[in-house]
Amino acid sequence: MKVAVCVKQIPDPALPGELDPTDNTLKRDGKLILDESDSYGVELALQLVEAAGGGSVTLVSMAPNNEVSGLRTALAMGADDAVLISDDALSGTDALGTAKVLAAAIGRVEPDLVLAGVESSDGYTGTVPEQIAAVMGLPSVGFAKKIEIGDDGLHIERQTELGYDDVVCPMPAVVSVTAGVVEPRYPSFKGIMAAKKKPVDQVTIADLGISADQVGWAGARQEIVSVTEAEAREAGEVIEDDGEGYQRIVAFLEELKVI
Amino acid sequence: MNFDLSEENEAFRAVVADFARSEIAPHAERWDAEHIFPTDVVLAMGELGLFGLPFPEEYGGSGAGLTTLCVAIEELAKVDASMAITLEAGVSLGASPIAHFGTEEQKQRWLPDLCAGKALGGFGLTEPDAGSDAGGTRTRADLDETTGEWVLNGEKAFITNSGTDITSLVTFTARTGPGEISAIIVPSGTPGLEVQSPYRKMGWHASDTHGLTLTDCRVPEENLLGERGRGFAQFLSILDEGRVAIAALALGTIETCLAESVRYANERRSFGRPIGSYQGVAFQCADMAVMADNARLLTYRAAWLRDQGRPFKQEAAKAKLYTSEAAVSATRTATQIFGGYGFMDETPVSRMYRDSKILEIGEGTSEIQRLIIGRGLGLPLE
Ligand SMILES: Cc1cc2nc3c(=O)[nH]c(=O)nc-3n(C[C@H](O)[C@H](O)[C@H](O)COP(=O)(O)OP(=O)(O)OC[C@H]3O[C@@H](n4cnc5c(N)ncnc54)[C@H](O)[C@@H]3O)c2cc1C
Repeated sequence: MKVAVCVKQIPDPALPGELDPTDNTLKRDGKLILDESDSYGVELALQLVEAAGGGSVTLVSMAPNNEVSGLRTALAMGADDAVLISDDALSGTDALGTAKVLAAAIGRVEPDLVLAGVESSDGYTGTVPEQIAAVMGLPSVGFAKKIEIGDDGLHIERQTELGYDDVVCPMPAVVSVTAGVVEPRYPSFKGIMAAKKKPVDQVTIADLGISADQVGWAGARQEIVSVTEAEAREAGEVIEDDGEGYQRIVAFLEELKVI
Repeated sequence: MNFDLSEENEAFRAVVADFARSEIAPHAERWDAEHIFPTDVVLAMGELGLFGLPFPEEYGGSGAGLTTLCVAIEELAKVDASMAITLEAGVSLGASPIAHFGTEEQKQRWLPDLCAGKALGGFGLTEPDAGSDAGGTRTRADLDETTGEWVLNGEKAFITNSGTDITSLVTFTARTGPGEISAIIVPSGTPGLEVQSPYRKMGWHASDTHGLTLTDCRVPEENLLGERGRGFAQFLSILDEGRVAIAALALGTIETCLAESVRYANERRSFGRPIGSYQGVAFQCADMAVMADNARLLTYRAAWLRDQGRPFKQEAAKAKLYTSEAAVSATRTATQIFGGYGFMDETPVSRMYRDSKILEIGEGTSEIQRLIIGRGLGLPLE
């Protein structure tokens, strides 16, 4: 059982983020950490390999400046190795370009299963996993909350608004994992020491046979024209309870269709 | 000269900080109020590998240095002294004597579970009438030649981790002959070992402390730990590491007092201004910041010397002495800065105030540290 997990390394959300005024993108030149929403995919991959009685978990990440800090965290959790695509030409790459690069890197790994987070915590496009599947010509299942390996392929519980779908899907496939569905393990000190020695294959786009005009700002089909502050949330409505307050609350919840 | 910890130690600090923030901090107040020893969280600390940090990998440890253990204890202490001391005592008092002085058989029998944090060990040195003067131990262990067993009789006081659901053993110091003190391992549940009900303590409410009574308690002769007659001397020789670990606990306490005080001094207003705009408050925070740096430098210098294999007895005593007294002072100051809220149990610095006093007492009182330092200076102290 060989699982590839796409992991994004992002600026620490605990620190105030900054935009680059020249291109309106998030500054990523400081230390980057493992996106928490990808830690669920890493955990699921480790569990699947353990359940299968053997195999390996390979991380695939695209990041500037040969950044490995976030990868080391996932390697310390137990992943076996990593492929890191870092190339100056990648600056400004949009979601589809990212998917093409990741797909090329994943192709070299030849995995039985590709996992990714539903969306990253810094970009939130939420489209890369499906685009990877399309580029690679693999089946794609989104919003997985549980994955098991059966004789007839993957058995996936796919989260929906009302509950979940049972999906059976052939392998290999690309599956995006909903945040919070498993408890990611804490890396141990032994894991951290071992992670130092685990192989990280650093590649450029040329190594992947991708030309510079397909990626970066050159290949992007988007331009970030302007960025505006999110509107401040309005204060909620305060309901004075005159004995009938509960009716207003029930009506409010009905309006939201939550009951 | 380099004051940075290694990248791995900093990465591990982030992990322990995350663990402490999510698994301990939200519950610490309730454990304190209800005197709960949270076995499940201690087991989770075990899964994280905390209890095996400084022990060899062949027994399930991580082969890390004292520095790494200090990092872990410091981070736990930032949110809860009780869990920090549970780790400190589990390692320094529970497992360390066996790792240092145990036979191969004893190590294989006890260490894997202690390193995994599935079991805890206690060390029974202090008695109702002998603490600082632990050489005054009255507990006796007589060898019954006919059965090949030690027969223990006596009483021990204030023994940490000795009565939890997962306590697997207590190592006792006992007289095995005239002028002869030895250490003997007594497995939990051995007939004749009675665990008394928990103490009512000023602090460390979520840490497990009991008095223990031994009444004709019989264990096999091979439960002798280390050399016969060297029980006390052996223990003294490993006490230095524990003192550095206690210093790390005090350091974490001071750091939280500082952070909480600065936060509150910016938020709380009096006479139309934040209280931090008054020198009376700001200067207290400034003094606390110096304490935190002093504590950090003393603690990690001692740990570093130990990890370099160099002598560190004096540095350990200085670190323990300074940091514990600074912790008592910083918690008192922080409580003052919080005003009336500081006196309320639910304010973290109030819990830390109660939790810090013991740091000047356990694992060698401040007076004993001064004795060691004074002797180190070549003074003819008794
Ligand atoms: C919560 C808690 C947990 C503990 N855990 C453990 C444990 O796990 N195992 C264990 O064995 N013990 C444990 N102890 C005991 C602790 O180590 C002792 O309380 C401590 O060593 C002091 O001993 P004592 O209480 O007998 O005080 P004493 O030795 O009676 O001291 C009384 C006072 O006299 C001073 N004094 C004594 N001798 C001198 C001297 N020569 N010169 C100057 N001043 C002196 C002391 O500093 C102190 O101020 C614990 C205690 C507590 C409160």
